[in-house]
Amino acid sequence: MPADDAIASFSNADRPPPFDPTGPLAIEVGDLHKSFSIPTNRVDSLKERIVHPFSGHDHRELRALDGVSFEVHQGEFFGIVGRNGSGKSTLLKLLASIYRADAGKIRMAGRLAPFIELGVGFNPELTARENVVLNGVMMGLTPQETRNRLDAIVEFAELTEFIDLKLKNYSSGMLVRLAFAVMMEADADILLIDEVLAVGDAAFQQKCADAFREMKAAGKTIVLVTHEMRTVEEYCHRAMLVSDGRIRYIGDPEEVGRRYLQLNFEHEPEPAAEVEAPEQTSDEVRLLEAWIEDADGNRLDNLEHGSELRLRVDFEVLQDVPGLEVGFVIANADGVGIFQFAVRMLNASGGKELAAGERVRVSADIENLLVQGHYFVHSAVNRIEDKSIALHAHECVDFVVFGGEPQAHGNVRLPMRISAVVSDEAGR
Amino acid sequence: MSERPANAAELKEVRGPSALGGGWRRFFDLLWLMSVTEFKRIYFGTVLGYLWSLIRPLMLFGVLLFVFTKVFKIGTEQAEYYPVLLLLGIVLFTFFQEATQNAVGSVIAQEGVVRKTQFPRLVIPLSTVITSGLNFCLNLVVVFGFILAFGVDPKWTWLLLPVALLALAVLTAATSMALSVLFVRFRDVAIIWTVLAQVLFYATPILYPIEALGDETYERLLMVNPLAPIFQQVRVWMLEPGAPSAVDVAGGAAGLIPAAVIYVAVCVLGVWVFRREAPRIAEEL
Repeated sequence: MPADDAIASFSNADRPPPFDPTGPLAIEVGDLHKSFSIPTNRVDSLKERIVHPFSGHDHRELRALDGVSFEVHQGEFFGIVGRNGSGKSTLLKLLASIYRADAGKIRMAGRLAPFIELGVGFNPELTARENVVLNGVMMGLTPQETRNRLDAIVEFAELTEFIDLKLKNYSSGMLVRLAFAVMMEADADILLIDEVLAVGDAAFQQKCADAFREMKAAGKTIVLVTHEMRTVEEYCHRAMLVSDGRIRYIGDPEEVGRRYLQLNFEHEPEPAAEVEAPEQTSDEVRLLEAWIEDADGNRLDNLEHGSELRLRVDFEVLQDVPGLEVGFVIANADGVGIFQFAVRMLNASGGKELAAGERVRVSADIENLLVQGHYFVHSAVNRIEDKSIALHAHECVDFVVFGGEPQAHGNVRLPMRISAVVSDEAGR
Repeated sequence: MSERPANAAELKEVRGPSALGGGWRRFFDLLWLMSVTEFKRIYFGTVLGYLWSLIRPLMLFGVLLFVFTKVFKIGTEQAEYYPVLLLLGIVLFTFFQEATQNAVGSVIAQEGVVRKTQFPRLVIPLSTVITSGLNFCLNLVVVFGFILAFGVDPKWTWLLLPVALLALAVLTAATSMALSVLFVRFRDVAIIWTVLAQVLFYATPILYPIEALGDETYERLLMVNPLAPIFQQVRVWMLEPGAPSAVDVAGGAAGLIPAAVIYVAVCVLGVWVFRREAPRIAEEL
């Protein structure tokens, strides 16, 4: 994908030229609060207000930001990460003076590009020339300054021959290029960017990448809001994870990325598989509990690709039996089995006879080569003597795998060596 | 001296959105630019361009002139230059009506700008007023043509016209400010205002010279409408020095107090409502 290429080319570049972590601050945010009152029954007309004079009080409070404090240094590339509804957009809008905070303080040094989205304020009925001037003034330039930079802007956007064309005749790619060019030339000290890095074709992205690098070198401060973890990990000096209006973590971008993915899956709606299936007990044996744990014994419902998958299942034997074995299948969300394994249940002295009341714990430690996705563990207990099924436990536990490269095809990522080189032997 | 690098800017408090947010210079730059580009858009975006803005008041003028001189025959008896008076009134009122009507939906129309950028909110309704103002200035040229064509002698009181225009512009701006933010909350403001503007048109001496009422009580009552004294003074200054001034019609300066109170109240209300709502517009949209 061209988008990836450009981002990669951008990021490989010497991961951020150093900024001074003890240097002067560009943004200082102290104990910021913001809530919205959401009317449960919105009063939109005067008549409603008159007919139901008190219904306006019918609202609930939504706390978008609940005591957020952080600092961004001058010349820093700072990432803000969070799920939809986490409060990150509200925070950005507060920084951009679009919303007013209920309490708390925001201080900034230098001129801010007051945009959180590219191309806002473009009027399709006007020509590119007129729009650029209007946009430049919104960015805080004087009309004269903008006119002086007009040539540079359209040249950067590669739209010189279309400058007197009305914007309604522009393609969306052209619009974004123009908007990006204006932002670049506006020469603000602090930029707030909301998911706009992957714009235009590969060549233009390369240009944007260069422009960003120049801005970094020039000591511009950039606040980037995204849920694209790659971008954060590759561009940002520091990042911040926001969830439910609070800061969850602030610091190393890779750690933020890791925690973000984790957070994402924790919030995944609980799958219905949690309900106890009736077949989990029979006359001979009962499945007590099945779970996934980490190395410290903490239970997990999600785990990272490449980590160890530690499956634990407890059974209780209900009557004396000559011998049982338990088998498992790990299946993906489509119900396709990925792999299976089985183990014989042993008593304390290593024999296979089990007595009523004994409890058996199955421990399986598996290298997690599964790709990102939702997986289910199915289990069955067989009688060793005739291989008949004693117990069937469908979906006794499920888990989510995150991290690793997302893949369009396949369920596992096996260790491999691979090469593709010119060879004389080929085709002979 | 501190050890900070020379280019280090000082931290400054960010106060959030406001009517003027972002500094005076940016405010005026944006105001002028938005007004002019909108004006240009209207007049270069259509085939007939500027003619449209002229045709509307002229058509109205033509129809009304016929009705009030040929059918009702009230105009020409009281006012010396009734056709010019009618045209002048229509052009003035068109400015007021067009500006306020456009202001109603202006904030909603600029939703993207309001929600996605830090933008001085006041620019939005004021730019509609200025756009209409530019339009009005062009129409005024035509009106002057009529004035001279009808043989009105130039007078020194013509120099007082800007005073009346300023009074009208301030009232228009204040009304526009209030309407633009109230509409965000209450969508029926648009309908109410259409009706109210119509009422104001008839409650202002435009179609008829005020003496045509023939009843002092009604004449005084009419002078409660803050637009009425302005229009009456324009008539006296521009066309007929002999016509009763606003003070005469109101039966003395005291008679103008209600109009003055309403005028000031509208201005205060406009500013107050706008200042109160401006920081929260982005959330209400």
